[in-house]
Amino acid sequence: MTHTTQSNNDLLLTVSDLKKYYPVRRGILARVAAHVKAVDGVSFSLQRGETLGLVGESGCGKTTVGRTILRLLDPTSGEVHFNGTSVFALHGEELRQIRKQMQIIFQDPFGSLNPRMTVGGIVMEGMVAHAMHPKTERPERAQALLERVGLSREHFFRYPHEFSGGQRQRIGIARALAVEPKFIVCDEPVSALDVSIQAQIINLLSDLKQEYGLSYLFIAHDLAVVQHISDRIAVMYLGKIMEEATSEELFRNPLHPYTKALLAAIPKGVPGEKAKRQTLPGDVPSPLNPPAGCPFHPRCPQVMEECRSKPIERVEQSAGHFVACHLFPASAIGSAKPAGAAG
Amino acid sequence: MKIRVASIPQLAPDPVISSLSPRAVVWSRLSRDPWMMTCAIALGAVLLSTILAPWIAPYPYDQIELRLGASAPSWNHWMGTDTLGRDLLSRCFYGGQISIAVGVVGTLVSLVIGVLYGSISGYRGGRTDELMMRFVDLLYSLPYLFLVIILLVFFSSSILMLFVALGLVQWLTMARIVRGQVLSLKNAEFIQAARVSGTNDIGILFRHLLPNMAGPIVVYATLTVPSVILQEAFLSFLGLGVQPPRSSWGTLISDGAGVMGLFPWLVFFPAIALAVVLFALNFLGDGLRDALDPRQRHD
Repeated sequence: MTHTTQSNNDLLLTVSDLKKYYPVRRGILARVAAHVKAVDGVSFSLQRGETLGLVGESGCGKTTVGRTILRLLDPTSGEVHFNGTSVFALHGEELRQIRKQMQIIFQDPFGSLNPRMTVGGIVMEGMVAHAMHPKTERPERAQALLERVGLSREHFFRYPHEFSGGQRQRIGIARALAVEPKFIVCDEPVSALDVSIQAQIINLLSDLKQEYGLSYLFIAHDLAVVQHISDRIAVMYLGKIMEEATSEELFRNPLHPYTKALLAAIPKGVPGEKAKRQTLPGDVPSPLNPPAGCPFHPRCPQVMEECRSKPIERVEQSAGHFVACHLFPASAIGSAKPAGAAG
Repeated sequence: MKIRVASIPQLAPDPVISSLSPRAVVWSRLSRDPWMMTCAIALGAVLLSTILAPWIAPYPYDQIELRLGASAPSWNHWMGTDTLGRDLLSRCFYGGQISIAVGVVGTLVSLVIGVLYGSISGYRGGRTDELMMRFVDLLYSLPYLFLVIILLVFFSSSILMLFVALGLVQWLTMARIVRGQVLSLKNAEFIQAARVSGTNDIGILFRHLLPNMAGPIVVYATLTVPSVILQEAFLSFLGLGVQPPRSSWGTLISDGAGVMGLFPWLVFFPAIALAVVLFALNFLGDGLRDALDPRQRHD
């Protein structure tokens, strides 16, 4: 975190005003009756070598953000630039080439590996598709990768059903690394694993990041998981980013009431220690019919009159600390320090 | 410096459960089931006897001995003779050639068309899928007999054309099954991973979709064979199929059925031959479906 510089040359990925709406069709004529606003105007950027944690509860659209960046889903509107190239303008071969630099690690260690392929075949698939390395070298490279992610060379010939969840996740990591990407979307890579295995995988991911100079978009629903691996954290709620700050800043000085509630929900490490529990009333509203104004207002403990009608805006509260909440109006911005003193 | 989450030592990889490939698992399950093996052996014996018909048949299939007439089974004619005095055993061997060939070729034709059509429809999705499936519905709504007759009239009514015509009307259900499978598989995460890895659509179809649909496809194919054989019998009964003096099990049964009251063996023996093949294929299809089901793999 000490060397987070913010010159534009280091910008790897920028996402601006990304929207992904799913039409809901009704009636015989399949008329579009409404839209599910899965992602509703999300913007953030990622430096080279940086990890951005994207946190939010189930259904808030965080997975959709990750998949849309990779064009696994088609966006409704917005822009994504990767290394200065507009990802949404690409087609066919150009898209295939840029995807070589952007990989994904999936949440489900069971559904993400083809049960009919050997581990070697899975890891080498990207190398074959991109005609990387001479044919005879590929098995050797794949085996080296398997070793690097904590498996053994003999696993090359085995099938996915012979592995445990944690091992399968390692296979998924090896597959992502095989095409030598610069950026990896980690889509809840540990939430399906035991706590002890979670720590191993997170350590592995942060080691690999150093070793290969990777950048991560690390998606999770658990703040405690992203805390250690992320340089910055963005908190999402119902398709919008509520707060974004460096990892330390967010934990030390959370501004948004939703972030505060999430932080309060993390179990304390000391048994018997009573934390002040703050429970949010009610459930997440349906993204089909999101509340007017601030989407969080029906559950917010500090709700004000304007929250019910006025849309929220992203405001830089202090350097690098963005918040979208009426408690922190745009006019109240502190002295805008030059960016760069993050952490 | 990054903060380490915890200094948990890297655990040794779990011991692997088994090192059998899925294919080996399927084979070992089939071969361990005595009923499956009985079916396979029965099928193999019938198949062999039809292939070897020219060598093992005691008489030529078209050798007429009017003097004999329809004679009951005897030492000279194990299955008896038909009304023209032709040896029924020989006619069953030769008839099996046609019936089994029509079953295999018809199934292969329907397999190729159905799998390709269904996977394109399901994988493309959207409007393409809608159009392609409505076309299938359209063909479904036409009586298949009508289609086969048109095909046989337009092209010459040779035996080969009969094979193709039956395949052409059989692929519809296969296409629907494959499309359904593709729809449920195409959003699987391993397919998305393959796309992100740069694999093109053809690679995804052949390396990811087809191997994972193999179970239902193989099973439905084994069920198609008997249904094609039965349809050939029906078409031959109508005079659209095999022309005399050649025989198929279908024509033998329909000829025999006409004189069943007087000479019951003429319908009994060919019906037994057909029934053995149909039973064996149906049971093998069921067994194969169970053996290919990955949910039953960890028993």
